[in-house]
Formats: sequence, C-alpha cells, structure tokens
Amino acid sequence: MKGPELLDSHAGVLRTRVGACWPGKRAVFRGHDLHQDLRHSDWLELYLFGITGRRFAADQIKLLHAMWVITSYPDARIWNNRVVGLAGSARSTPVLGVTAALAVTEARIYGGIGGVRAIDFFQRAGKAVAAGQDLGSFVRQELEAGEYIWGYGRPIDSHDERLAWLTSVAGELGLADGTHFKLAREVERILVDDLGKPALRMNYAGITASLGADLGLSSREFHLFRIPLVMGGMPPCWLEAAEKPEGALFPTPCHGIAYSGVPQRPWGK
Amino acid sequence: MSASLPPIHTRIWHEEPEPDNPYATRAAYCRGYDVFGQMVGKARWVEILVLLFRDELPSPAALDMLEALAVALANPGPRDPAVHAAMCGGVGGSTAAANLMAALSVGAGRYRGARDVFDAMAAWQAVGGDLARWTEQVAKFDPKAVDIWPAPERPPGFDPHGVSTATIVRQLLEALAAIGAAAQASPRLCWLAEHRTAIEAAIGLPLDISGVAAAAFCDLGFTPTEGEMLYLLLRLPGAAAHALEQENAGFKQFPFYPVELTDDPASNNAAAAQETP
Repeated sequence: MKGPELLDSHAGVLRTRVGACWPGKRAVFRGHDLHQDLRHSDWLELYLFGITGRRFAADQIKLLHAMWVITSYPDARIWNNRVVGLAGSARSTPVLGVTAALAVTEARIYGGIGGVRAIDFFQRAGKAVAAGQDLGSFVRQELEAGEYIWGYGRPIDSHDERLAWLTSVAGELGLADGTHFKLAREVERILVDDLGKPALRMNYAGITASLGADLGLSSREFHLFRIPLVMGGMPPCWLEAAEKPEGALFPTPCHGIAYSGVPQRPWGK
Repeated sequence: MSASLPPIHTRIWHEEPEPDNPYATRAAYCRGYDVFGQMVGKARWVEILVLLFRDELPSPAALDMLEALAVALANPGPRDPAVHAAMCGGVGGSTAAANLMAALSVGAGRYRGARDVFDAMAAWQAVGGDLARWTEQVAKFDPKAVDIWPAPERPPGFDPHGVSTATIVRQLLEALAAIGAAAQASPRLCWLAEHRTAIEAAIGLPLDISGVAAAAFCDLGFTPTEGEMLYLLLRLPGAAAHALEQENAGFKQFPFYPVELTDDPASNNAAAAQETP
C-alpha cells in the first residue's frame, strides 16, 4: 500500500502499542496498567521503560540517575542555561524557558550530536574489535577518513571534571567493567599517548555513551535518555533571574556590541 | 557595570545610544541603513529580511521572488503537521510562544519540514552550476553520519505519498521561475520547471513544495542553513492564526481521535481495546 491509500488507512485513528488513556477509567503504559502495575516506579525507570520497553536493574537506574545529577549545573552563563535565565529575566514562563533551553541543548558542539555519534562510535569500535580488528588501527582508520572521534575533546577545557565522579559511581555499582567503557578508556590512551593528541581526552559524552552502550542502549535510545540530562540545573537559573529586576540578567548596553559591518549609508532608491 | 564587558560581535546591526542612557537606542542601523530614521515607511519587509542575511540588496526580480515565496509559504494549512501541532497548543489555551514552538519543532523535520529544504539545498550546493546532475545527487542523498535527525527515507524535496505533482506545487514553481526568468535570477527554478516531468519520473515521486522552496532559496543565493531558517520563519503566520482560531472555537470542535490499542493488559479482546476516550 502506498500514496493516498496508505495515508487513508491511517486517517482518523491512533493505532498504537505504546499506550493510551481512557479519562475517568484507566491508562496503559507499554502493555501495563499505569496505576495498578507501575504506580510505585522510579520516574527514570518508567522513562527508560517507555523508551526501550525493557526493565533496568536498580543499580543500572542509579548509574543513569548519576549521569543526570553530575551534569546539573545551575550556571546561567552556560549557553543553554542562559536561555532559561534570560526567560526569567524577560519575565517569560518557566516552561517556555526550560523547554527552549532543552531544545538548545540538542546542539552540534555539545549536547545532542556528540552523544549519538559517541555511542555510535563505541558500538562500531566494539564490533570491529570483536571481529578481530586492533583498536588502534580502528581509531587511526577513523582519523584518516577525516572522522572526528566523538566522545573526546572539550571546547573550553580538555579536562572534564565529571569523569572521575561518574567513574567512581560506576565502580561502586559494579558497572565499570563493561566492554565499551573499557574500550573508551583504551581509545583515550591511544589518542593521548600513542597519537600525541593531549586535547582529545575523554569527555562527558564519551563516558556516558560508553556506559550507556554497556547497558545495551542503542544510539536512538541513548539520545532519548539524554533529553532531560541537564534540566536539573535550569529551574534555579530561571528563578534567580526572575527574582532580579526585570532585564537584569546580562543586560547589554549599546557599547557592548562590537559592530564590524558596512558603514553608515543612506537608504534610497 | 563591569569595565571589561565582553562584547557581542556582529556585522548585521549597530545601535547608537541616547546620550542619557546607554541601554536606550537613538538610532539603529541594519547593514549601515538607518532603520527607524530612513527605512521604516519606505522599505519592503522582504528588503530588510534579505539585508539581515546579506550586505547588499539583491535585484528587484529576486526580491519579488522572495515575496511571492513568502506569500505561498505563509500558511501551510491545518492539514500540515506543523500547523496541526500549533492548533494542539491553541485548543488547550497554551501560551502563544508554545504554539509557535510547536509549529517550529514539528515543521523542522524531514517530512514536509525545514530539514527537507536543507537537504534539498545541500544537493543543489553539491552540484554547483551543473544543474543536470541535481537529479542524480538528490536521488543518492545520504548524510551518512548518525545524527539527531532521523535518517532520510527518500530524496529530499519530493512528496513520499504523492501520485502526481500537486497543482499548487506546479503553480508556485512556474510563477517563481517566471518572476526571475527575465533577470536570469531563477536558473534552478527554470531548469526544474523545464525538466520536472523527467526528474519526477527518475525519482519516482512528485516534487513537493519544499523542493520548490529549496530551489528558490538557492537561486536567491541563500545557503542551506539560511534556507532552513527562512522556511521555518515564513511558515509561522498560518500556524499562529490557526492556533488562535482553535483556541476561540474550543476543544469540543477539535478532533480527539479514537484509539486502537494493540497491547492492552485489561483484555485482548478487540471490543475493550477499541474504546473511545
């Protein structure tokens, strides 16, 4: 079936297996009655069940919680947080500020793309090594093909303060010995020691993607898991800005703009 | 105020302060033109739109093309997913910004959205002046790397569910091509209009409005990222109007579709699973 016939077959109805609600009666979440069966769920456990359809062990959920916790920075200078701060300063609503800031987090040089490409890199590297390829040659092959090694390097400071903490949490939970995380540490050694690229230390995307790959998350599932990743730090940025005088977060005077464009000229045709 | 205020750099906009307040604007210049002192009341909206992206104004024919395209894109209509999303906001009384964010988010995608325009423009960019190669380029379009965007499911700029070219798509293509033809401002649009039937036969799908917009933005000299932005921007008026219309009409008139749940714990019999909320 294709064309208008295909669209006709979908028109006017929701066919679904993920769930539905009948207001006043009940709600179903991926084959389970939400209230009868899942009402005591940890929110992240439910969130991951929604994404994957799989149940995760308590220690795995703790590790994933830690990934969110250790990167919740209430610093309104950070670009995505600045959006939510500016929303508070401009007296916009907190939901508009937070959702716009979350959307901004799906960025090229941090946030979104780094995560999905890092987990893809580790999964491809894992398959190559399992097939007998030497990891060093795989990394060189990627570099020679002009590929960026996602999960390594950081725009402002190559040392990522979050890694040691997350590594320690993973170790305490017995989840630091997975194939992809071991491989991620070895890739860092290859980049820094063998290839002389000290700026390419593992970053937050690298550690979370490799640990996520060890939990069996696909690239798409990992991307969805990361949606609220940095949200914990955002509401304080909105609140504080909303408590300051309106417009007082990063106000910019005219001389705060460095103009380098076309000189003044008359409009006329 | 800190003496070492780090500046924001721009080539687009310059403001002069009032003598008594560095935060109040005495004059604002866009690419050197005095916006409030000279442009307001004299300039067309499409002129300042282009100036925001370029130092110089394009030819009159190019401005006419952009204005015609803006008229065509102003309302994708309530069947469009982006406008549907805005109406979902409007009907529940969501904030105005949320309604537009809904339209932007849904209208950003690869199906009927701005990413489709970006992809089609990237194919135009890849072939440069060798227009005849576009069909082959667009047919094999593949961004390769895993991305935040779902992978493309067909050549960009074509209607995956189309049977023949929609009349409005053909009308827009021919109108835009004609506006720019005399000034040679629409080479891609003219080529597309001339070879449309053969291109569609080669691709196996009819051209969509996003494909016409992509060719137009390229003829106007915009990059794929600029075309993507403009496509998002120019489709917003309809989303705004339809969101407000649904808010005023109320939710009882807005469809709440029946559901067929295939994985229902209460019962596996079809009758229970097909209850309507």
